[in-house]
Amino acid sequence: MERIPILKLENVLLVSIQVDMHDQLALALQDDLTQKIVATRCRAVLIDISALEMVDSFMGRMLGNIASMSRILDAQTVVVGMRPAVAITLVELGLALPGIRTALSVDAGLALLREVLERPDESADVE
Amino acid sequence: MNRPASRLPAIVEQHQKEVLTEWLNNQMSSGNWRAGRLQESQLRDESQRFLALFTKAVQEGLEFDARSPQWADVREFLSELSRSRATQGFTPSQVATFVFSLKQAIFRRVAESLKSEPAALASTLWDATLVLDALGLYTTELFQQAREQLIARQQEELIELSTPVVQLWEGVLALPLIGTLDSERTQVVMESLLERLVATGSSIAVIDITGVPTVDTLVAQHLLKTVAAAQLMGADCIISGIRPQIAQTIVHLGIDLSAVATKASLADAFALALKRRGLTVGRAAPLGD
Repeated sequence: MERIPILKLENVLLVSIQVDMHDQLALALQDDLTQKIVATRCRAVLIDISALEMVDSFMGRMLGNIASMSRILDAQTVVVGMRPAVAITLVELGLALPGIRTALSVDAGLALLREVLERPDESADVE
Repeated sequence: MNRPASRLPAIVEQHQKEVLTEWLNNQMSSGNWRAGRLQESQLRDESQRFLALFTKAVQEGLEFDARSPQWADVREFLSELSRSRATQGFTPSQVATFVFSLKQAIFRRVAESLKSEPAALASTLWDATLVLDALGLYTTELFQQAREQLIARQQEELIELSTPVVQLWEGVLALPLIGTLDSERTQVVMESLLERLVATGSSIAVIDITGVPTVDTLVAQHLLKTVAAAQLMGADCIISGIRPQIAQTIVHLGIDLSAVATKASLADAFALALKRRGLTVGRAAPLGD
């Protein structure tokens, strides 16, 4: 079965979604990612969706779920590289993804994660 | 209805030259053609071409049909004419008169040719009236369409013109909004802002609404949508240029802007943006003599 690879880069888990997401794939990703967080004890997850051209409400909810699951496992999630069209669609769908950190690029996302992890009280201040 | 073939085509063909001369004289004396910056030679050329096409078309039948190939040349000529008149600023009646003024010239020829046959005269005049009226109305319709296209295009241009996204500093964009925000414009604004965010890699956008005359719930909703979309992409927005009355309106309407940083002036917003980027602006050390 097709799976989305999860790479460990220093203390960050890097997920790059390069194919169209369907339900099975999304559920498999949630499964793999939670296991990997526990196994590697990484405290940061970076999801790159710059290749994603279409989203629907399911996809939006899935991103939200992944962020919540990660938070329970004490890991911070950043979604990077969202395309303008995707952002507009999500807003029009009324899915503003509360509780998810976002950044423009992978670089900016890594910087943001570092900043959050170095903060003494990192659980606070999620907009 | 069964009646003998109309004599109109033959009469028009036979007296084409006289009809043209008289038609031109009528148009010249009416002064309509002077309304735009139309040259006399151009009017003469247009009239001549139209009369030739018209004469050719009526030989095959008098029923004007907007779809039949018989009238294709006439239609093409008229649409070209309407378009050029529309851009030159003619009024609809001036454009329609171009066709209607042909009536007088044709009627006179018909009356002369059929002096001794009152019945044929009446039916021929009726034929001429019908076909010229149809053409005149068709021209007016085309003219209207051309005007509408012109207005739509200008509207688009206006939207494009009024949504510039400027870079204030490395990583700081500004979007000075001028004019009313409706859904269509918000869409354009949102798209151009988000695209510039990606293109410049900026993480902060200042939306300045000094030039927005009124803010109601709908405008606020549009603004918040733009802010939310920018946040999804990883950029923060600051709304600036909120005038005192607008601040009051926002509170009275119960609009919640607490999710967004708001500043009274663009300068304040810029200062905040620089601070967030970790930059400071200071006075240069005085130059020693």
